[in-house]
Amino acid sequence: MTTTSPRSAAPPAARLRPADLAALASIGLRTRKLRAGLSALGIAIGVAAIVAVLGLAASSTATLLAEIQALGTNLLTVTNGQTLTGDTAELPEAAPSMIARLPGVTADQYTGTVNGVNAYKSPYIPPLETNALTVAASSLGLPAAAGTSLAQGRFLNAATAREPVAVLGAATAQRLGIDRIRPGERIWVCDQSYQCPVGGMWFYVTGILNKDTYAPELDSAVLVGFPAAEHYLGLDGHPSQIYVRTASNPAVTTAVDSLLGAQANPENPSQVNVSQPSAVLTAQADAKGALDTLFLGLGAVALLVGAIGVANIMIISVLERRSEIGLRRALGATRGQIRAQFLAEAILLSLAGGVIGVIAGAAATAAYARGHGEPVVIPPDAWAGGLAAALLIGALAGLLPAIRAARLSPTQALLSI
Amino acid sequence: MSAGAQAALAAGTAAAQVLAVPVLELENVSKEYPGSPPVRALDQVSLAVTAGELTAIAGPSGSGKSTLLHLIGTLDKPTTGTVRVTGLDVAAMTDRELSALRASRIGFVFQQFFLAEHQTVLGNVADGLLYAGIRRDQRQRLAADALDRVGLGHKAGARPTQLSGGERQRVAIARAIAGRPPVVLADEPTGNLDSGTGAALLALLEELNQQGTTIIIITHDHAVAARTRRRIEMLDGHIIADTSPVTGHPAADGGRTSGSGPGGRPARRQRGQEGPS
Repeated sequence: MTTTSPRSAAPPAARLRPADLAALASIGLRTRKLRAGLSALGIAIGVAAIVAVLGLAASSTATLLAEIQALGTNLLTVTNGQTLTGDTAELPEAAPSMIARLPGVTADQYTGTVNGVNAYKSPYIPPLETNALTVAASSLGLPAAAGTSLAQGRFLNAATAREPVAVLGAATAQRLGIDRIRPGERIWVCDQSYQCPVGGMWFYVTGILNKDTYAPELDSAVLVGFPAAEHYLGLDGHPSQIYVRTASNPAVTTAVDSLLGAQANPENPSQVNVSQPSAVLTAQADAKGALDTLFLGLGAVALLVGAIGVANIMIISVLERRSEIGLRRALGATRGQIRAQFLAEAILLSLAGGVIGVIAGAAATAAYARGHGEPVVIPPDAWAGGLAAALLIGALAGLLPAIRAARLSPTQALLSI
Repeated sequence: MSAGAQAALAAGTAAAQVLAVPVLELENVSKEYPGSPPVRALDQVSLAVTAGELTAIAGPSGSGKSTLLHLIGTLDKPTTGTVRVTGLDVAAMTDRELSALRASRIGFVFQQFFLAEHQTVLGNVADGLLYAGIRRDQRQRLAADALDRVGLGHKAGARPTQLSGGERQRVAIARAIAGRPPVVLADEPTGNLDSGTGAALLALLEELNQQGTTIIIITHDHAVAARTRRRIEMLDGHIIADTSPVTGHPAADGGRTSGSGPGGRPARRQRGQEGPS
């Protein structure tokens, strides 16, 4: 201030310092804690929902991608397609050996589904209760190629492949009630054309597979050796599914992918389906995000309701604090400073809700992800977006009440007691 | 800030009678509130207050003294006439400029104290300087100084709720004088206090005035008005008496008619305005 004489020009209006504005903005929160807490709760719920939805999606995607990374993206599967007339086409018996000759193929294993044969816990199970299990013949190195491993026991070998011996997929074991391999553990395998249980026989269980991410069809399968399947179950020897591993170079995988159809069935390449499970799963992980929009929408609705709550509480606050406004005007606050105080209070209130929401959303994500053994991923988009949304909502919700507070004339404000 | 405070102090100590600097001037001020019919709360009021004065504006409710306070305090603008505070014409100033004027040159004391319960006594006093552009540490220092001046330095850390009514009003006075404004306006400062406490508070205001602060007390209590050197009596929007120590200022002609109610009415009719009654 440069005035030395009371007759000089009007003094300039002083600006509020940020720290002073922050202190002013926190008055409502400090003096009316319960009310502030309740109105911030709406914002907190909305932000928590958004952060949790994005966090859970990111965590499960991260899990899947890590799994895919661990399993390798070099698996290709070949399945029998359909003929022109709509019947199931058969892959040539020589297909596996022909595929093995392709450059870049490092492993190729196959299964052959045995049609009309079901597996039961015992002969006393009603034949209709098939548990949706399939019986398939398998080549001897299947687990490693198809991206799984043995949970218990042993896989088929050259000797057991000739005998009535079976290895169970993860889901199969569960459905048949077999949790571990005991000596003499066996299942009843029965051909429907002989009217089960009459036409069946015992197969001894030597192993149980882990869950297979790439080949879920193996989870619900009962795997037996090709010679045993042909001998006991009447399999014709055609493979129905071939699992091909290539050198772990994406270019090689792509090259093999383009040749597989013709190589597996040179006569009718179009009757062969070739797919890359890792690509399918990645696409699925991305597509899952689309489902999240529903929950994000619910979060947005909660935010909107929260915003209305904040606006409502600010309008009430302005009405209640008329005398405070009058006093501040008398102390020299400009309209702009009154407006700034209430706008900042609304933003602070909303932002407090946003911070609580981010913490709650992150905690929910962490709890869920830990429970499912997934890594905890909170995408920056989620928490930064949540806080930004809270900030914006506070500003919008506080605008009208702040303008009303600033419009109040000092005399009106002081009279209203 | 300190320069202005020193100027105010100097004006006070160098005796108001000698310098007679008008900190406040009202010339033919009228205030009408819209309505049907419009209410004329002030009618052609002229008044001047010089630095260092202790003035009481007394009158029954509805006499226009609250309106006068609002106009003097630049919380409102007159319908017609001129209001000058420390020489500045209020009519020509923007809301923002008036706010700055209040922040640095006018201190307010209200009947209801208006203290924030969530803050300490020191914080309440320091907040009186919030809009004057003074840094926080200096606000605290000036506030502590002001509390000492009202005799409440030892209660700086207390909450307003822990204080008696008289003490609360002293805090409010400390808030008004912390920035050493040229004018302090007290609106019914003893209205919420018992007579003993009220008398002590008036003694404090007298003491502050002797230290150089120009103080204007608005009151409906004639006992309060009787204690001040200058008394301005109001009725129906007119000044009906002004026991002014300063002669020859514009309010003098209206103030010559001493005495209350009955004596004032003819004086007002003489001035030839429409008159609400």
